[in-house]
This record gives sequence, structure tokens and C-alpha cells, in this order.
Amino acid sequence: MNAHPIHPENAETVLSAQGLVMRFGGITATNNVTLNLKKGARHALIGPNGAGKTTLINLLTGVLQPTEGRIVLEGHDITHLAPHQRVQRGMVRTFQINQLFDTLSPLQTLALTVSQHLGLGTKWWQPLGRNQQVARRCEQLLTQFHLTEVMNQPTHVLAYGKRRLLEIAIALACEPRVLLLDEPVAGVPAGEREELLQTVAALPADVSVLLIEHDMDLVFSFANFMTVLVNGTLLTEGTPEKIANDPQVKAVYLGHGKEVDHG
Amino acid sequence: MNEQQQSLLKYSRFKPWEPVLWLLAFAAPVLVPSHALIINEIAIVGLFAVSLDLILGYTGIVSLGHAAFFGLGGYAAALFAKLVMPDPLVGLAVGIGTAALLGFAASFTVMRGSDLTRLMVTLGVGLILLELANKLDWLTGGADGLQGVVMGPLLGRFEFDLNGITAAYYSLTVLLLLFLLLRQVVQSPFGATLKAIRDNRLRAMAIGIPVNAKLAMVYTLAAGVAGAAGALMTQTTGFASLDLFEFHRSADVMLILVIGGTGWLYGGLAGAIVFKLLQDFLSAITPQYWTFWIGLFLVVLVLVGRERLMRPWTWFKRPSSAGSKA
Repeated sequence: MNAHPIHPENAETVLSAQGLVMRFGGITATNNVTLNLKKGARHALIGPNGAGKTTLINLLTGVLQPTEGRIVLEGHDITHLAPHQRVQRGMVRTFQINQLFDTLSPLQTLALTVSQHLGLGTKWWQPLGRNQQVARRCEQLLTQFHLTEVMNQPTHVLAYGKRRLLEIAIALACEPRVLLLDEPVAGVPAGEREELLQTVAALPADVSVLLIEHDMDLVFSFANFMTVLVNGTLLTEGTPEKIANDPQVKAVYLGHGKEVDHG
Repeated sequence: MNEQQQSLLKYSRFKPWEPVLWLLAFAAPVLVPSHALIINEIAIVGLFAVSLDLILGYTGIVSLGHAAFFGLGGYAAALFAKLVMPDPLVGLAVGIGTAALLGFAASFTVMRGSDLTRLMVTLGVGLILLELANKLDWLTGGADGLQGVVMGPLLGRFEFDLNGITAAYYSLTVLLLLFLLLRQVVQSPFGATLKAIRDNRLRAMAIGIPVNAKLAMVYTLAAGVAGAAGALMTQTTGFASLDLFEFHRSADVMLILVIGGTGWLYGGLAGAIVFKLLQDFLSAITPQYWTFWIGLFLVVLVLVGRERLMRPWTWFKRPSSAGSKA
């Protein structure tokens, strides 16, 4: 179990997946994956469809319980914590498919998220927004994510690009120290892409980011470290230059990826 | 105060029509004393509907067994008056407490599963309570109902009269106080986390909301309020019968919410007024077949839509112009 104790030289590792195995019946979706996310990293996780990227995210966020292995967040074993407890410890994710509160407005959504984050989630005797700090933080987030002009519309009527921005704004409202971005630009039309890319590029430097993405332009412009996953197994990892020139990666991933992109 | 705070606080501000509505409600038993009994009943059923709205409209948990809490609150209050002491307010507190306890226990049955499984589980809890009340006849009087419930005067001063004036004011006051409490609750950060769970449970978890704990809290609260409504019912009628637990009560209260609108506390009250007055009016004309007309009304309501039904002047306009207005 404790084959990977936390060494002093790894002090900068904020999130560590150690020997994760996930079996569904006879299928091994994640096969002995070890991954270390360093503080302030821009770490991309890539791999062809079916490589087990989503399973890995679900293991890290606690939606799934690993068959073997453990997950350490800032020195604490969180393997058996519920999803919401991991969020309270500073690890927050976004979703590949928008997961929003459709009947609420962006303002209400962010106000409730910020309130929950500030520990006001059980406060029942005060109206939402009475707290000055919540209101100020909402203003700041709405400005940062270009949502101020639509802040009072119900979320389900917003344009896709705005919904995508809100998807990421919600995660940032939790003030994560570790942020898992699951294909942030998926499905965003070209015209609305720039706003989104700017906000991703402008993420606070001390937030450690794990990015899952198919878009190679974004991956190579964003990441300073990359992990390649194939068939549930870690193929290789390293700097973007190393990955781009790795013949193995070219063979199994980039070749297919390019075809899919242009098809 | 920034623009954001102003926008957020707008939702919780009292609208001018709200005090008017409550003043009318409190004037009603004096203005039409002959109808005090039905006013009392509307207040009780309205409170029951509002409690269902907490879990159905605000949290998205469907229930076909909400009468379990109504009935338990009712029986607890009636038994307390008969066996322990006749003070109505203490009895009301006992009714609320007992129902809330059952609500907390039952909340564990609705934490998982789909709408369909929740419908089945809540229906099952309702049936269990009904049959328990039937079987434990040494305590509850079984199918004959609990006789001989005599209530003491309210606050030691106001005797319950046969016309139901005291009863109507008692129920209206309890309704108002609980309504104001719940109004506060649904507009608070806590209430917002309930709406988040209703809209998207997965995301609610992903922003750190302990979903199961919230479900337990709101289910307990809703059960307590339903228990208050049940207690008011047995206290003001001086009688508890199996009818309190019957399936039709759970179904009626859901219809009332559908009529008035879910996710809006006044919806339960509006639905209760419409439903009870329709029932009263129709059963006077056609005592045997009034449910036919209620059924027809519901079908029309759902097909035409509440918004359009309330605006007769839009009925014969083209849909496009009605759409542009919305």
C-alpha cells in the first residue's frame, strides 16, 4: 500500500495518484496509474478516446472508488472521502458536458457557490447575497468571465459560449488550489472561443491545473508538463517538447488525434 | 452595495401585494363568518401544500406519501390532547416534533434512486403508516377513528367555537408564522443549495454541497410542517381518523401544488384556495360526480397552461404574439 511514501523532494506535489487500479468486472479501465501534480503546474492529460481519462478524473474526484491504490491531496489521504469533501479540501473540477443550474441565473449560481465555499451553506435566516463578501466576489467573477450583462437571465437561455464560461466560473468560485479541467473548450464555436481561452490562460498562477483536452493547439500552448494515457495505462510523461517528439506517442495518439481533428 | 447585491436581494423583498393578501386572509373569518370552517380548512391544506413544495418544488424530490407526516402529526396532537393535556399549542409542538422525527428517519429512503423509486418508497411509507394506525386500534381507535379529543382553550383564553372562528384564526396564524419562516429559508443560501440539488445534483456535489445531509434537513423540515398541518386539522375538528393517512390526501396535495405552481411558496396557497373552493362549489351542485369536474379542470390546466388560463384575453390571439409577450 505505502510503496510511495511522500518524500521531501516531492514536497511540491499537491495531488498524487499512487498506483490507481480500477476494474469494472473483467475490464481494467485504469491500470496502475501513478500521476503527480506539482504546485502551480499546467499539466495536460492526453490520450485517445477510451484511454481512461474520464475514469481517472472520476477516481480523483471521488465519483468512483479505486479497486487499488490511493490518492493524496496536499499530504492527506483522500482515497475514501466523498466528492463534496474533496471539494471542501480545495480540489474542484469542471465538466466536459456543462453541468449547470438551469433555472437559476449566473448571478444566483455564483452567489450560492461562493456562499457554500465561505461556509454559509447552512445559513437559513439571511437572504442569499446579504453577505457583502459574497456580492463582491460575484461581481469580480462575473466581470472576469464576461457574464455581467447576462447575470440576471436564467442559465438555460444563455448562448453556449456563455454557458461554457459559467461552467468554469463556478469551479473558480470555489477558489480551488487544484483544478481539474475536463475539455474546457469542447463544442465551443470559433467565434466564442477566444473569450474562453483567455480565461483559461488567466487562471491564477498558484492554482495547480490538470487539463484533459483533445485540442492539441490548446494543449501545447497551455501545458508545461504532459502525461499520455493509453488503454488505461500510463504510456509516458514529460515536457511538451519531449512528448511532441516521442515516436511512441506519435504512433498511438497524435496520428489518430490529427485525423479525428481534421475529419 | 453593488449591483449584484441589489439584484440578489430583490428576490427576497416583500412585494406590495403580499401584506394585502394576508390582510384579506385574516379579515375573511370576520367578513364571511359562515365560511370560517372552509377558511380553516384552506389554511390547513395550504400549509400542507407549502410543506410538499419544500421537497418537491425546491429540492426536486417527488412524493406520493406526504400524508404520512400529515397523519402522524394529526394523530400525535390528538392523542396528546386526549392522554396528556389539552393545550393546543403544546399539542401542536408535539405534532410537529413527532412528524419531524419520522421525516428524518424517512429521509434516508429518498436519498438515492430515481423519481420512480422515490414515488414507490414514499407511497410505501404512507401505506405503512395507514395500516399501523388501522391495526393499533387500542391506541388510535382503528377504523372508527379517535373519539373524544377535547381541546382546551387557545392560550388559555379562546375557546374553540362551533362556527370555527377561533379555529380559522388559529390555523391562519400558524400558517402565517410558518410561511414567513419558510420564506426566509427558501431565499437563504441554504435554500439556494436546495435549488442547486434540484437543478443538478452532480454539480451540487462538485461545488462542495453535502447533498445527503441537505436532503435529510429539508425532508425533516417539510415533515415537521406537514405535521403541523395535520395537528391543526385534528385539533380544530376534534377528531382523528384514518382518512388523515389515506392515499388521496397525498395525491390531492400534489394536485394542489400543480394547480398553484411548484417552486413558489404562494403556489401552494393559491392551489389550496382554488382546489378547496372548486371542491366546495362542485360538490354542492353535483355531490356524486364533482371529481369529474376537478379532473376536467386539471386536464385543461395542464394542456392550456397556467399562465394562459390566468390571462383569458390571450386565448384568441395568435400564439406568436403571445410568445413575443413572454
